Amino acid sequence: MSVDIITPILAAAIRSGTPVLYAVMGEILSERSGVMNLGLEGVMLIGAFAGFSATQATGDPAVGIAASFLAGALVTSIHAFLCVTMGANQVVSGLALAMFGEGMSAMLGRNHIGQTIAGIKPFRVPLLGDIPIIGQIFFSHDVMVYASYILVAALCFFIFRTRPGLNLRAVGENPRASDAMGLSVARMRYAYTLAGGGLAGVAGGYLSVVYSQMWVEGMTAGRGWIAVALVIFSIWHPLRGALGCYMFGGVDALQMRMQAAGTSVPAPILLMMPYAMTLAVLVFISIRKRQGILLGAPASLGRPFRREERE
Amino acid sequence: MQTEPSAPLVSMRGVDKIFFGGYANKGIDFDLRRGEIHALIGENGAGKTTLMNILAGIYSPDSGRITVDGREARFRSPRDAIEFGIGMVHQHFMLIPVLAVWENMLLGLRDVGFVLDLRSMVSKIRDMSERYAMPVDPEAYVWALSIGEQQRVEILKMLYRGTNVLILDEPTSVLTPQETRELFAALRKMTDAGHGIVIISHKIDEVMSIADRVTVLRKGERVCSVEARLTAREALAEMMVGRALKRVKKSGGGPPGRAVLSCRGLCARNDRGMASLSGVSFDLREGEILGVAGVAGNAQGELCEVLAGLRALDSGEIILNGQDISGRSAREFIKRGVSYIPVDRRETGLAPNMNLSENIALKRYWRKPAAVWKIFMDWKFISGLTAQLVDAFRIQAPSPGSPARNLSGGNLQKLMLARELSDAPLVILAMHPVWGLDVGAAEFVHERLLEERARGAGIMLVSEDLDELFEMSDRIMVMSGGKIMGIAERPQDVSREEIGMMMAGVPMRAAV
Amino acid sequence: MIHWKLEPRPNGTARFNFAVTAASLCAASAIGGLLMGLMGVNPFHAYFEIFRGALGSKYGLSETLVKSIPITLTGLACLLAFRMSIWNIGAEGQLVMGAIAAAAFVRYCRVDGSVAAFACMFAASAAAGGLWGALPGFLKGRWNVNEIISTLMLNYIALCLMDLLLYGAWKDPTSMGFPMTPSFPKTARLWVFGNTRLHGGLIMALIFPVVAWAALRRTQWGFEIRVIGENARAARYSGMGILKNIVLVMFLSGAIAGLCGMSEVAGLHGRLSRGFSVGYGFTGVIVAWLTRLNALLLPMAAFLMSILLVGGDTLQVTMALPLSSVQVIQGLILFCVLGGEVFRGYRLRRVRAGGPSPEDGE
Repeated sequence: MSVDIITPILAAAIRSGTPVLYAVMGEILSERSGVMNLGLEGVMLIGAFAGFSATQATGDPAVGIAASFLAGALVTSIHAFLCVTMGANQVVSGLALAMFGEGMSAMLGRNHIGQTIAGIKPFRVPLLGDIPIIGQIFFSHDVMVYASYILVAALCFFIFRTRPGLNLRAVGENPRASDAMGLSVARMRYAYTLAGGGLAGVAGGYLSVVYSQMWVEGMTAGRGWIAVALVIFSIWHPLRGALGCYMFGGVDALQMRMQAAGTSVPAPILLMMPYAMTLAVLVFISIRKRQGILLGAPASLGRPFRREERE
Repeated sequence: MQTEPSAPLVSMRGVDKIFFGGYANKGIDFDLRRGEIHALIGENGAGKTTLMNILAGIYSPDSGRITVDGREARFRSPRDAIEFGIGMVHQHFMLIPVLAVWENMLLGLRDVGFVLDLRSMVSKIRDMSERYAMPVDPEAYVWALSIGEQQRVEILKMLYRGTNVLILDEPTSVLTPQETRELFAALRKMTDAGHGIVIISHKIDEVMSIADRVTVLRKGERVCSVEARLTAREALAEMMVGRALKRVKKSGGGPPGRAVLSCRGLCARNDRGMASLSGVSFDLREGEILGVAGVAGNAQGELCEVLAGLRALDSGEIILNGQDISGRSAREFIKRGVSYIPVDRRETGLAPNMNLSENIALKRYWRKPAAVWKIFMDWKFISGLTAQLVDAFRIQAPSPGSPARNLSGGNLQKLMLARELSDAPLVILAMHPVWGLDVGAAEFVHERLLEERARGAGIMLVSEDLDELFEMSDRIMVMSGGKIMGIAERPQDVSREEIGMMMAGVPMRAAV
Repeated sequence: MIHWKLEPRPNGTARFNFAVTAASLCAASAIGGLLMGLMGVNPFHAYFEIFRGALGSKYGLSETLVKSIPITLTGLACLLAFRMSIWNIGAEGQLVMGAIAAAAFVRYCRVDGSVAAFACMFAASAAAGGLWGALPGFLKGRWNVNEIISTLMLNYIALCLMDLLLYGAWKDPTSMGFPMTPSFPKTARLWVFGNTRLHGGLIMALIFPVVAWAALRRTQWGFEIRVIGENARAARYSGMGILKNIVLVMFLSGAIAGLCGMSEVAGLHGRLSRGFSVGYGFTGVIVAWLTRLNALLLPMAAFLMSILLVGGDTLQVTMALPLSSVQVIQGLILFCVLGGEVFRGYRLRRVRAGGPSPEDGE
C-alpha cells in the first residue's frame, strides 16, 4: 500500500484514539490510587452530553470541554463516595455507575438527538505540521489532540518523577503503609478518582464536541469498556496506555475506511473488529503476564481501606 | 505513683480502647523517659500493640490523654503523631515492595521538592546509615531486600522523619541472634543521642538484656512498670501470665522410627517464579518432631507447600510411606494422610466468612462419612462432628453456625488444628502453629502436637522462635536461602549461637 | 469537632438484613423521585403510573410476569458466577448466543413439535450460551484474563454476530427492512398458557432457582463453588480444582442465559429480531445483587424489577418519560443497595475527632 493511503488512516487513528486516550489516562490515575472505576462508559456519556449542551448553550467549545470535565467528576463522586467512604464493592458500584450514566445521559439528551453544534476546528501546528507524513499524522488535528500529547507526557512525569506521584503509587500499592507514613488515603483516593472521572468526562466531551459535533444516545459505543481493558494492557503506564489507544484508534479508523470504501465485508463484521481486537490484546497481555515479564496491577486495586480494621 | 526524675518524653494517662464492645486497653498509664529503652511486654492479646498504635496515631483512643514533651497531644492520624516525633516500626513492615529504598524513605514527606531528587536522597541515606551503623543500599528495591535489611530501612525511615520516640513491635522475631545483637547496639546509639525507644515483645530474656525499664500488660490492663535490673525474670513471667508458667513436658522419645516422609533433592520456585528451594533432602521419621529453624522468608513456606502438594516441583521426589507421590494433586496428598497447618489461618487455612461446620468440612467433604453418594453432603453428620471437635479442642465460639471470622485468633487456630488432626494423619506440617496465640492457647497447641507425636505421626514444626524449637523438637533442621544448612540430631548438644550461624547461611560444622 | 465514623458490628439478623434491603429500595425510589421532580415530572404521579401500568390490569400483570422470566434466568446466571466471585457481566451475550442457536436450529432442522426436537433445541441453545460463557471462564482460570472485560467484549461480539445474520442470510424477505427472521413455525413455539403471552420459560424460571439453591447448599460441587467464592486460596489448599470449577460454573451460567434467550425467541417473540433483549443481561446483575446471592429470592426480586420495566413502558406512553429513566432508577437501586450493604457490617457512631477531650476521661 502506498503512503497516500496509509497516512490518512494513521491520522484518523490518532483522532479516534484520542477520546479513549483521555478515559484511559483518567482510569490509570484512579486505579493507581486503588479505586477501579468500571463506570467509564456511563461517565463518558454524561461528559459527552454535558459538553454538547454547554457548547450549544454558549457557543464556546472550550466551555463545553470544561463542562464535560466537571460533569464527569460530579457523577463519579457517587462512585468515589461508595468505594472510599463506604467501602462498597467497586465492581458492582462501577456497573451501577455505567447504568446510571447511560440512562441519565439518554434521559437528559432525549430532546437533542441528532442536533449538531459548531465544535473545535482542526488547526495545523506551524513547522511541526509541515514535516511530511509525520506532520500529517500527528500535527494536523485539533487542540484537544495536542493537549492529549501533553497530558500523556505530563502524567508520565507526574507519576514517576514527582513527590505526589510517588505518594500516588504508594497509596495504590499499600494503603496501610501509606497511611502510617502520614498520607491521607481517603483524600487521595477521592482526588484521583474524581480527576479520573473528569478526564473520562472530557473523553466523552471530545466525542460530542470535537469528533462528531452532535449528540447521539449511547454515542460512546463501548469505548468506555474498551478503555478499561486498555488500562490493563497499559500495565498502568501512561505511555503504553497511549500506544494501546492508538492501536484501538487504528482498528477503528481502518474499519470505518473500509465501510466507506464499500468493501464486500459485511458491516457487522467490521464493527466487531475493535471489540475482538480488545479481547485479543487482553488475552495476549494476560498470557505474557503469567510468564512473569510484567508487573501486576496496583496491589490494593479494588480493596477498600479502613484504618482501624484489624488484619 | 513514683515521682519522675525528669519530665517524661511521653506520658499516657488512663487510655481506653474498645474493640467489639470489649476493652483492648483499659485505663493504661505509660511513661517513656528520654534516653531509655522501655520494654512493653505481655502475652499476645494483652493490648501492647493496640496501646502503641494509639501512640502512633493509628487508632484513636476512646478516652485518656497523651502528652509528648509536656505538650498535650491529640492525634487524628499517623501524620499528627509523626509531627510530634513519634514513629513506629510495625511487625508487618510498612514498606512498599515495588518501590526503591529511597522512594520509601521519601514517602509522605511534605518538605521535599515537588520533583524527586534521587541524588541528594541517596547521599542523605548513606550518611544516616553510617551514623547509626545500619547499612542499606538506597537504590535497591525493597522486595529484593532481606527481612533484616527491610527492618533497617524502616528504622532509618523513622529517624529521617526526626523521630524522637521510636516504637518497635516485636523487632527480633525476624532476626537471627547475631542480627539481634547488631540491632540492639544500634538502638543504644540512638538512646545515647537522646531518643526514647519502646520495644514491644513477649520474649522476657531478650527484654532483660536490653531494656532499662519494663511495663507489663495483661488482658488490656497495666500490671506494673519496673526497673529491669531490679527485677527477676521469673517475677516478670508470672506478672505477664498471671500465674506460674507451666513448662510443656515432652516425654522422652522412643527409638527413632522409620522414615515416613523422605525428600530427595527438592527444587521449586516461589510466587515470583524465582528459584527458591534448591536441593532439599531430608527424612521425617515416625513419632518425631523435626524442628525447622530459619529466618522468615528462607523458603520454609515453599517447603511446606511442596510437601503438601500445593506447589509444583521443578525436580526432586517426595516419598511418603515408601511410595513416590511427587507430582500428585493436593487432594492425593490429603488422602494419603499429609496434613498441613499453614501460617495464615485467615487467608489460607480457613474460609473466615463460612461457619464452623463448613470449615471443618473443607478437607473431608468429598469422602465418607461426610459425603453421600459422591454428590451430596451429610450436613447432619458434619455438624455433629463439629460439635464433638468444638468440645474436644475447647473452641470458644458463639455457635457452630456462626462465621469463623467472629472467633479470636487462638480459637481459629484450634479450629484449624481440630480439622487437621482429627483423622490421625501420618505427617503433620505445622508452620508457626502458635504464632499470635496467648500462652494458654500455645500450651494447648503444643500439647496436642506432642500427643500426635506419641501416636506416631511425623511432625515438621516450622518456627522462628528458637525457644519453641528447642523445647519441642527431637531434631532441628536449619534452612537458609532455600537450602538446608544442617540438621542437629541432638539439639541439647547444640548452642543457639551455632543455630544462629546456620540461620545466617553458614553450613554446619561436620563435628556437631 | 464531632464527626461520624463507621464501626464494625456483629452480623445482623435475617430480618434486619431484609429491612436494610427494603430501606435501600425506598432510598433509591426517593432519589429517583427527586430527579423526576427536577425534570418537572410529578414523582408520585409517575410511581403511581408505574404500579398501575404493571399491576393494575390483567394485561399489565401478565406482561410483568412475562418479563420476570428472563430477568429471573439472567439473574440466576449472574448469581451462580458471582457466588464464585467471578464477575460474569456477559449474560446478555450468552443470551443472544442461545437465541441465535435456537433460531438456527429452527431454521436448519425441522422442529416438528416432538419432545426430541425440543430437547435438541434446548440443548443447542444451552450449549451455545454455555460455550460463550465457558470461553471467558477458561481464559480467567488459565491465564487470569479479566473476566469483566472479556465477557463485556463478548457481549458486543455476540450482538454483532446477530446483526450479521439478521441483516444478511436470515433476514425475513417480507419484513420490509426490519432486521428479523421469519416467524417460527407453530411447532417450534414453546407452550403458552391459555391466551396470555406467558410461555413455557416460566417453568424454567420457577424451577431453576430452586434447583440451584439446593445444589449450592447440599452438594459437594455447591460447597466447592461457595468455598472458591469466599476464599480461593483456602479452596486450593483443600485440593479443589479451581480451573475446572470456573469453566463449569461459567458454562452453566452461560447455558442458563442461553436457555433464557431461547425461551424469549421461541416462547415469546416467535422469531429472532434485533433488540429482542432489552438489556436483560444487565438487569440480571442487579437482581442477583438484590437477593444477596440467595437463589430462592430470585423470582421475587425479578418480579419487582419487572414492575419497573413494564411500568417504565407505561410511563413512556402516558407521561412521555423515556425508557432510559428506568435505567437511571436501576442504577440508583444498585447504588443504594451497595450503600445499604455497608450498614450490615458496620454501624455509625458519633465520635470526637482526635480522641476524647480530657473531661470525658472517666
